[in-house]
Amino acid sequence: MSPSVAREGSDGPEAPLPRDRRREVVRQSLYVGGATGAYGVSFGALSVASGLDVAQTQVLSLLLFSGGSQFAVAGVLGAGGGGAAAVATSTLLGVRNGLYALQTSRFLGVSGVRRLFAAQLTIDESTAVGVGQPEPPAQRLGFWLTGLTVFVGWNLMTLLGALVGNALGDPRRWGLDAAAAAAFAALLWPRLRSGDAAATAVLAILIALVTTPFLPAGVPVILAALAALVVGLRRPGRHEADLEGADGTLPGSDPVP
Amino acid sequence: MSTWPTVLLACALAYLLKLAGYLVPGRWVEGRRRSRVTTLLPVALLAALVAVQTVAGDGGGLVLDARAAALAAAVVLLLLRANFLVVVVGAGAVAAALRALGWT
Repeated sequence: MSPSVAREGSDGPEAPLPRDRRREVVRQSLYVGGATGAYGVSFGALSVASGLDVAQTQVLSLLLFSGGSQFAVAGVLGAGGGGAAAVATSTLLGVRNGLYALQTSRFLGVSGVRRLFAAQLTIDESTAVGVGQPEPPAQRLGFWLTGLTVFVGWNLMTLLGALVGNALGDPRRWGLDAAAAAAFAALLWPRLRSGDAAATAVLAILIALVTTPFLPAGVPVILAALAALVVGLRRPGRHEADLEGADGTLPGSDPVP
Repeated sequence: MSTWPTVLLACALAYLLKLAGYLVPGRWVEGRRRSRVTTLLPVALLAALVAVQTVAGDGGGLVLDARAAALAAAVVLLLLRANFLVVVVGAGAVAAALRALGWT
């Protein structure tokens, strides 16, 4: 309605997507969605290895549908942590999806039932592909197609991974406990681009290691969330005042405190 | 909490967070420091999960075993820009091989 017309100016309400742009967005969405969906096999296998059954594993992929949080539920429970610690870690990791939704809601223009579905599909990949497009019709296509492709692939591969994981037997023999640590490292890796992120990671690891011998399993991870507060709320020095954005795109200009 | 309530509660809260982003006004979460904290939150949690999954022992102490060697392999694979699945499977294979050789 009026806001978008005003923004579009003389182009009218909204030009349809040209065919080559459409094909480009479809290809990107399917590529990102397919590649991410394939990781579902590792979640399925690691989840049953940590003691969840196939149904619980599948429900996590269908209803929780956010990789980091799902791995956290399985990881914390598998390490002997309590349900409360598992839920807390999963939920803290899920905060970012709410922030993604603030961005995607601006171009999706959804309401009613479509909004309920859009919310479920609001994850790292759908947001990245959607936000990465310059024009609103491509943003919407990218978000929906990526989200749906990941959802279908992730759930099918979760089932496959859970069934295979069940058939493997003793998870330690196959190194599945070590694979879980590697999965978290791979999820962390792309987020370590700024000095702030590196400082946060180091501080979080220290907190977790120092408290692990004294606290019930699962609690050290939640306590480590304080590292984000300590680094994030630190008063930025004058030299970094022109650092744009929260993700600090200029690594190295922000020495570790 | 037994497992099913844990699973369902985690699902419900994850969905409510996603939905909240469509319902609350954007200005509630604007602000430089707040956005810095929320960007760094997954970094802190994932880093702690890496640490705990790698060295936490069954009894609550810290142990260095095949998992640490597997994590080192994972880091090398990440430095080589390997795909997620390659990193996970590679680390698992290193741990499995070391254990087959008798190193816990």
